[in-house]
Amino acid sequence: MSFNDLLNIGLMQGFAGLSLFAVLLLMGLGLAIIFGQMGVINMAHGEFMTIGAYTIYLGSTLANSISPGAVAAYFPFAIVAAFLFAFAAGWFIEWALIRHLYKRPLDTLLATWGISLAMQQSFRTFIGPKEVSPTLPDWLLGSWAPAEGLDIPINGMFVLGLTAVVTGGILLAMHRSRWGLRVRATVSNRVMANATGIDTKKTDRLTFAIGCGIAGIAGAAFTTIGSTGPTSGSLYIVDAFLVVTFGGAASLLGTVVSAFGIAQTQSITEFFMAGSMAKMLTLSLIVVILMVRPQGLFASKVRR
Amino acid sequence: MKHLTDPNAVSLETPEASRRRVLQMLGAAGLAGLPTWSFGQPTAQVNTTKLAVTDTEVTVGQLHSSTGTMAISETGSIQAEQLAIDEINAMGGILGRKIKVIKEDGASDWPTFAEKSKKLLINDRCAAVFGCWTSASRKAVLPVFEKENGLLYYPTFYEGLEQSKNVIYTGQEATQQILYSLDWAQKEKKAKSFFLIGSDYIWPRTSMKIARKHIENFQKGKVVGEEYYPLGSTNFGSLMNKIKLQKPDCIFAAVVGGSNVAFYKALKAAGITGDKQLLVTLSVTEDEMTGVGGENFQGFYSSMKYFQSLDNENNKKFVAAFKAKYGKDSVIGDVTQAGYLGPWLWKAAVEKAKSFDVDKVVAASRTGIELKTAPEGYVRLDPNHHLWSKSRIAMGMPDATFKVVAESPDLIKPDPFPKGYQ
Repeated sequence: MSFNDLLNIGLMQGFAGLSLFAVLLLMGLGLAIIFGQMGVINMAHGEFMTIGAYTIYLGSTLANSISPGAVAAYFPFAIVAAFLFAFAAGWFIEWALIRHLYKRPLDTLLATWGISLAMQQSFRTFIGPKEVSPTLPDWLLGSWAPAEGLDIPINGMFVLGLTAVVTGGILLAMHRSRWGLRVRATVSNRVMANATGIDTKKTDRLTFAIGCGIAGIAGAAFTTIGSTGPTSGSLYIVDAFLVVTFGGAASLLGTVVSAFGIAQTQSITEFFMAGSMAKMLTLSLIVVILMVRPQGLFASKVRR
Repeated sequence: MKHLTDPNAVSLETPEASRRRVLQMLGAAGLAGLPTWSFGQPTAQVNTTKLAVTDTEVTVGQLHSSTGTMAISETGSIQAEQLAIDEINAMGGILGRKIKVIKEDGASDWPTFAEKSKKLLINDRCAAVFGCWTSASRKAVLPVFEKENGLLYYPTFYEGLEQSKNVIYTGQEATQQILYSLDWAQKEKKAKSFFLIGSDYIWPRTSMKIARKHIENFQKGKVVGEEYYPLGSTNFGSLMNKIKLQKPDCIFAAVVGGSNVAFYKALKAAGITGDKQLLVTLSVTEDEMTGVGGENFQGFYSSMKYFQSLDNENNKKFVAAFKAKYGKDSVIGDVTQAGYLGPWLWKAAVEKAKSFDVDKVVAASRTGIELKTAPEGYVRLDPNHHLWSKSRIAMGMPDATFKVVAESPDLIKPDPFPKGYQ
């Protein structure tokens, strides 16, 4: 094993940490908006991701039936569609259920958990119980090898890029747009915001739907990493809540920092010990930090 | 690890119970004074333990998860068992009686499995039950089957270390699957160093324990890594780098469920592909391939006893019948085929025993029941309740099918309690 080999592995390991950071952040982002900004404990977050993932599968099936050429191009469009589908589903669920529960935040836990089970069973009944993988375009497969022995996963780079775009977009929208202003106003003082003429009900619905739409994008991106089944969402939900809670529920920046911290800790410990042990160590560390700082890394006001 | 009850003991009824049974039989015989339509033996003769057997019908149970996370895997077994039962009925049934199936859903929840098995055995008096998939569900129903003296046909390849009087295991136990594939990797592919990877629960851990013993003590090879990842984990980035650091001759994998797909996608993304790296897995069948995708598994090897592409007359007939019933896109994996064997093995044992009584069927099953029509080829039931079967290695193709590249010359004896491996 030469020095060059070790350097390559070091570089690839660094990238592994970065790509895990991107995955965790993308997972947590939609939830940071819904749970962090609105205080809704959305247990169905994972299922909105699954909607996004199935949208990609749908897109790949369509593209396959049209022409082989379409397979190379469908992916970006399918991601947009994933956002729209999850957005629409979120809009509908807010209207049908969530808006009746804003005064009872703990009940949203039960209600959204029910939705999550119902959605899982619908996926199973209407799409099928088997795990599926979309046919990915060739440009998303394999690795980029700039030097001998150095392989950077292309899907990892793709998720990293997508996460950067989505996170940048959300931060910008939150702090520079009308919608962001309304959301922040509603979070800090609902009555006052109402009095100044902000339609808080509409703001709520839009915020919830955008959070769900981002979950859809996350689910779409994860089809490059894993498979999609009716219960895929339940694999992500714990990590998503972990990232958001650890970062400090109401802070988007906190979510970013927390995703980075968790990803690096896990990826580095994973390199030196077995996978299950590394996960345990990471979780214990988070528990200890949360005991010292129950409000998470970055604390600010949450709507009660 | 052994069970409290001696696995070889065929339980005898208490005198009291048998006296009660005799009275019940007398009552039944009174009703049965009417002429019977069956061409076989009278019901009182073939059923002395009050099972759900009439002159025209015998009731069996099917206990799988059709909902919940395991539905993905268990659907194939449900379909294959139903197909076998339909075929047996079309041939006239067993001892002149048609098979009636009661389907119960274990819902991927182990206590539910135990509850439903009680229902099937106590309320429905099923003569046999075809079911379970995970070891956890089998362990959950085992006490019920042993207490109520039921009969379970279990289809999944599993970790071994079990032999119950009330279970017939139609899949491979660990040594059948593992030892042959390790020897193949050593002899054919000159593999000396192995990297063991599994999901973190009983089956992969037991399997890898056996694999390590075999590699170190019998092959004099080297294990350069042994790693377990939580079920459902999709994050394998660091693992890929560890593999690159160790440069094993062979990756030996038993990753299951959603992690399986993520694992092969990560290998592909890390540039570890079939043309550069030898990989043998214990957990990829045709069922998993639909999720993993041919492009990710291309050139890697899977060790199973059955592959859909097996070229023999039995299998061609089986595949055609399966596709006719469940659609031309359906795929058949190892466990699906093993599920198909259950009803046929039961039929053979019942006909040999000339009785549906569980004790007699079990006794008959220990006398070397054989099946010449099995899709995997000839199989024989060992007195230890497991099947003698061939092991096979197949290579993944780009179109998500398997090409068989090696096959054990003879049937391999099942050895659920392997000496020197524990």
